[in-house]
Amino acid sequence: MIPMLFPHRHPQQPPRVVVTGAGIITSLGLGWDRNAEGFQSGKSEFLPVSSFDVSRQKVKLAAQVSLPPSIPTGLLTPRQSSRVDRATSMLLLTAHEAWTQAGWAGDTSVPVILGTTAGGMALGESYFRQAVTTPDHHALQATRALQYQAHNQVRMVSDALGTDGAVRIISNACASGTDAIGNAWEWIRRGHGERVLTGGYDALSEMVFTGFGSLQLMSTTTCRPFDASRDGLMLGEGAAVLALESLDSARRRNATILGEILGYGTAIDRHHLTQPHPQGDAALAAMCGACDSARVTSADIDYVNAHGTGTLLNDSSEAIAIGRWAGPRAATLPVSSSKACIGHLLGAAGAVEAVICLMALKGQWLPPQPNFERPDATCTFPVVSKPQSARVDTVISNSFGFGGVNASLVLRRWA
Amino acid sequence: MSRIFVAGTGAVSPAGWGMGPLRNALQTGTPLPIQPLDRPGSSPLRGRPVPAPATRPAFLAHPRLRRASPITHYAAAAALEAMAPLLARPAGIRRVGIVACLDAGCVQYSCRFFEETLKDPATASPLLFPETVFSAIASNVSSLLEQPPSLHTLIGDSATFLQGLALAADWLVDSRVDACLVIGTGELNWLLADALWHLDHSAVLTAGAGAIALVCDESLSSGTELKAITSSHTYTSRVSRHTAASRMRQQLPAPGPGDLLCDSLGDNSRTNRAELDAWSDWTGPRLSPRRILGEGLVAATGWQCAAAVDLLNRGTHTGANVSVAGTNQQAIGARFARHDFPQPDSTPQHP
Repeated sequence: MIPMLFPHRHPQQPPRVVVTGAGIITSLGLGWDRNAEGFQSGKSEFLPVSSFDVSRQKVKLAAQVSLPPSIPTGLLTPRQSSRVDRATSMLLLTAHEAWTQAGWAGDTSVPVILGTTAGGMALGESYFRQAVTTPDHHALQATRALQYQAHNQVRMVSDALGTDGAVRIISNACASGTDAIGNAWEWIRRGHGERVLTGGYDALSEMVFTGFGSLQLMSTTTCRPFDASRDGLMLGEGAAVLALESLDSARRRNATILGEILGYGTAIDRHHLTQPHPQGDAALAAMCGACDSARVTSADIDYVNAHGTGTLLNDSSEAIAIGRWAGPRAATLPVSSSKACIGHLLGAAGAVEAVICLMALKGQWLPPQPNFERPDATCTFPVVSKPQSARVDTVISNSFGFGGVNASLVLRRWA
Repeated sequence: MSRIFVAGTGAVSPAGWGMGPLRNALQTGTPLPIQPLDRPGSSPLRGRPVPAPATRPAFLAHPRLRRASPITHYAAAAALEAMAPLLARPAGIRRVGIVACLDAGCVQYSCRFFEETLKDPATASPLLFPETVFSAIASNVSSLLEQPPSLHTLIGDSATFLQGLALAADWLVDSRVDACLVIGTGELNWLLADALWHLDHSAVLTAGAGAIALVCDESLSSGTELKAITSSHTYTSRVSRHTAASRMRQQLPAPGPGDLLCDSLGDNSRTNRAELDAWSDWTGPRLSPRRILGEGLVAATGWQCAAAVDLLNRGTHTGANVSVAGTNQQAIGARFARHDFPQPDSTPQHP
């Protein structure tokens, strides 16, 4: 019998939590190797959007994923497989990579905790179009209504992998992926279970694309986080899934460990629905919270994977927060934002960036951001703009969302 | 083992704004009237809209709520009602967590914004878009309260409200918060009703919010304790809705004499079957809010919990099992009990 959610016995000492599998898909490609190569060299990939019509949009580029011809549908029935949409495809690809790498085949009780902001939004858009234009034509509408719901997309992953564990979906805007990993980390530390499949996913959708355009947040040139001449964010799509496991469980089966999740912090910014506090109060609190739970200080951090969207307000607020958090350490603390390479992946961003951190920890390099020329006046830290090797033992990854949910993760190299 | 108590409840439903109208509607036991819901095409849909409030809620004057959608209004009203006993205390409550549980989110503004997108993306309103984001609702509610240290939005099927209660319980046990507000909320519009019709022809969609405020401090309790939440029994290709509901029932502690069962039965005999079978031996009093109020999805599970706690606080019962066989994700159950009464053995019925 699966344990009750409440009450349950907390372990006297929370277990250490490690990553034993990671799957990733971005505009740079599918899988750990292809992405590690791209992020290490600072490659960027933005193409004209082909998922929907952008002819009347001001911005026409995004970091769009190129899906492979075949999707690993695992144990899905042919009927289920026929319902797999774009977002679920990315989720299945990355879940398969993480699951296989972790070697969890046969475990039927793994819970899945994922972050998303849009779920099956593209299906919702198709539903709306058909309901408005041909309201008495019902073909495919029931399938769209089902698969629009994020929990049905995620249940499909459970079915594909053969696990019946709980499904939890967190939608904390752009912090969703980081919060999902943080929740999974806490799930294991609280003793709810020894393993969790976690991460985030989001596919491009016309409504969200238009939404960011309406807010005048999109760059018409290139995404240049922390650059003095930055002019906005660029959207992307993708997914990352991580297999989180207690250290004891990983050791018992002699699993390969990719890294350790050391700490997680979250804080709320009530300043404005879409704008961060100018002094980055909540960003600072999230970073401090993550470091406190990891029992490290900014002096122990070797690299910051910033939220760094490339918007005027986010980057100045985050830069000030990093400066306040790091103090004198900031002067030599490398910082970069992966959004310059793959755009803003919204609900997937935190999960993809956590995997990038694992890559940096494992490969001992710093992820450079392309197109960076001149730092913003608020930057008290060096922005990594060229490929470089470095000793990287402990890193922090930031995600800050609409609605003021800020979250940070601390990850450590496994040696 | 930490104990968790219910400090307050709140509701907005098709019966009206507040716990009072909800209580009256459930006591009367008559299904609320159904109204036609216009949509493109030939035949109207059916719905049970939330009536306008008798007086304009004061919180609507808050700058953050001026442009907010009805779903935020429902969530805020239910949240403030649930928090009222805590907010009224002279010392107040310092750290309040918020877990908002949603199914489709802000569908009214989403439809409007997407209509504008299709018309001309260059003129789509920047005021609408931020309110369509799932997390906007919890964010708006948080602006009405003291700064919460934790705020999460969970999305899922109707049973997700009980996942929210479990997350809140974790935060309280971890001492991350002093109180935690769990809100289940949903909105009504033609598109969502149309989508529900494609999945369940008999369901009548409604809207509103249900909220529960939880605390660890017994002195802040309304008189009811949260005793248990089962695991989330996910419906998968190997675990049917029927099996999941049965496992949920088996995990709930044995009821005491005169206990209440507050279930998630609606108007669809096919989807009701799993829960009816799981509780086939139940002979005690039973309350099925959806049969009176309509299919409020995750908000309706909030009403289930709020109604059960309300009956316990009023002394009608000493214990209540809340049973939810969710729409298409999971079955979860919860047990609440008066904490001034001795309780039966709290171990699961069929360990």
